[in-house]
Amino acid sequence: MLTIENLHVDVAGKEVLHDINLHIGEGETHVLMGPNGSGKTTLIRTIMGFSNYTVTKGRILYRGRDITNLPIHERARYGIGMMFQRPPTIAGLKLGKLLIAASGNKPELVAEYAASMHMADFLERDVNAGFSGGEIKRSEVLQLMLQQPEFVMLDEPESGVDLENIALIGSAIAKLVEKDRHIVHRHKSGLIITHTGYILDYLEADAGHMLCDGEIRCHGNPREILAVIKSKGYRECIECKKI
Amino acid sequence: MQKDISGTEGIRPEDRARLAEAGLELDALNRCGSFFQIDQKIVHTSCMEEGIEMYPIAEALRRFSWMGEYAWNLVSRDKDDITRYVAAQEEPKGYVIIARKGSRNVMPLQACLFLEHVPIQHVHNIIIAEEGAELHLITGCASSHRTDIGAHYGVTEFYVGKNARITTTMIHKWGEQIDVFPRSAARVEEGGTFLSNYIAMSPVKHVQMYPVADLAGRGAVARFHSIVVAPAGSHLDLGSRVLLSAPETNAEIISRSITRGGTVIARSHIRGGTEETRGHIECKGLILEDGIIHAIPEIEGRVTGTELSHEAAVGKIARDEIEYLMARGLDEEEATATIIRGFLDVRIAGLPAVLQKQIDAAIDAAEQGF
Ligand SMILES: Nc1ncnc2c1ncn2[C@@H]1O[C@H](COP(=O)(O)OP(=O)(O)O)[C@@H](O)[C@H]1O
Ligand SMILES: [Mg+2]
Repeated sequence: MLTIENLHVDVAGKEVLHDINLHIGEGETHVLMGPNGSGKTTLIRTIMGFSNYTVTKGRILYRGRDITNLPIHERARYGIGMMFQRPPTIAGLKLGKLLIAASGNKPELVAEYAASMHMADFLERDVNAGFSGGEIKRSEVLQLMLQQPEFVMLDEPESGVDLENIALIGSAIAKLVEKDRHIVHRHKSGLIITHTGYILDYLEADAGHMLCDGEIRCHGNPREILAVIKSKGYRECIECKKI
Repeated sequence: MQKDISGTEGIRPEDRARLAEAGLELDALNRCGSFFQIDQKIVHTSCMEEGIEMYPIAEALRRFSWMGEYAWNLVSRDKDDITRYVAAQEEPKGYVIIARKGSRNVMPLQACLFLEHVPIQHVHNIIIAEEGAELHLITGCASSHRTDIGAHYGVTEFYVGKNARITTTMIHKWGEQIDVFPRSAARVEEGGTFLSNYIAMSPVKHVQMYPVADLAGRGAVARFHSIVVAPAGSHLDLGSRVLLSAPETNAEIISRSITRGGTVIARSHIRGGTEETRGHIECKGLILEDGIIHAIPEIEGRVTGTELSHEAAVGKIARDEIEYLMARGLDEEEATATIIRGFLDVRIAGLPAVLQKQIDAAIDAAEQGF
């Protein structure tokens, strides 16, 4: 589904990601872990194609097609979607209107999905204006439910979410990556950034990657990586040069 | 099909479209009455709402001896060249609306000032809402598609009585070589509300106005909204002023300005002259193409018990907002248009739905060009 080869990325004139290699197969969900500032957000924003993220070397392939230089909306239309960690507020734009646009003009789905994410009362509100942490996450997941990406990237979906909402968001995310379907019929893939690993209570991830100082230091079983972080912190990863 | 109102038969199809964009309905389906002035000729005056009367001003002055006290009372004849010109006319043009005590119109009244041939169209309007009355008015000001050059001078005096309410929504649809000089003032008595909306989305040479509302009675409220776009060649010098002259009065001035190469001077002034008063100015400008947006919000407090604030921002569309929408599949143009539409989308509390729809339609029509 997604293949990243020798990717180097500059942000504001500084190289943040160095020689990233990653492959995520169809139907697979991977998690990306790493200390603050290691470059996790940079990686998914580069995959989405944001303008401040300059690829200086390497390439990104999606379904075999080189998307490294495509504009954002074309990547979105090919099936890549992401949940923003800190989405902007858009004054005057009603969430309901954005949802209709994201759904490809299916207003009937908007009402139904909004209700399922407890967002029915937000449709007439300006996008993200005064939303709490949990409301932002619910709104982001709702947008993705309507957008129906084939490859979905989530930036710390559990951060800032209270216990009540985490189950709602966790199970909605599991659906986004088709964890509710038999493995044989699963075609959607995902890349989830997580600090805490709480999201793994709601879905099984197929692989984990540890990002440190802009490099992927190890790949492995996500729960095992998490167990190491939990017992020893990130220190071991920071010192580890093996890969 | 509903027939068009009398006096408007001669208006050409191209101009009908322009009048529709200025919020006017020639069939008056959603209006309780209409006033149409073409150049200096008043072609139609009607009002079907009980308790609400509309007259050409000359007739009102003849009919009611007391009307003289209302004319040139809020706007001085000697204010400037524009008012002197209007005051010097032998036969005044324009309209008078009297909303009698306790009356209320559900469907708005419409007033059309249409400029076709004369070099200067002049009007003097007086709008009176007596105690407890509620009056909704939409004014469409437009020039003909064939009018190259011309000017509009308009004096308007609003009297909002005790516990009365006037909402006035003015939509402009002029041409590239038209000069427009409205001179308006309002006086609001105890418990009254004055709500004034101004929408201008199309080219004009020069508009200059600075209406003032004097909140003279306890608890009076004024709110001004203006939503304007200045294409290259347009010079819009716009302002609103509110004087908080009585206790517990409250004012809000909200403006959204876009330049596509033209100039917008967005003035506003709230003067807190009495205890227990509040005022807020919100002034936002978006520069789509190099032009000028000059925001001049002024708040002037004169006593300890007044609370005044303002927020002003001028800039371009934030890149992260565009890219957020692109990540949802909108291309750059769609994303930009969506954000601009949001920027202009001001919900106006207390405005009848039919008028909010009219404002939305005027903005939607302009959206094609973004
Ligand atoms: N817009 C930016 N301007 C300057 N530096 C940035 C910008 N965005 C990210 N960085 C830097 O890039 C590095 C990686 O950041 P980020 O990808 O947000 O890390 P993570 O998501 O892993 O916490 C950090 O050192 C951060 O300061
Ligand atoms: Mg991050």
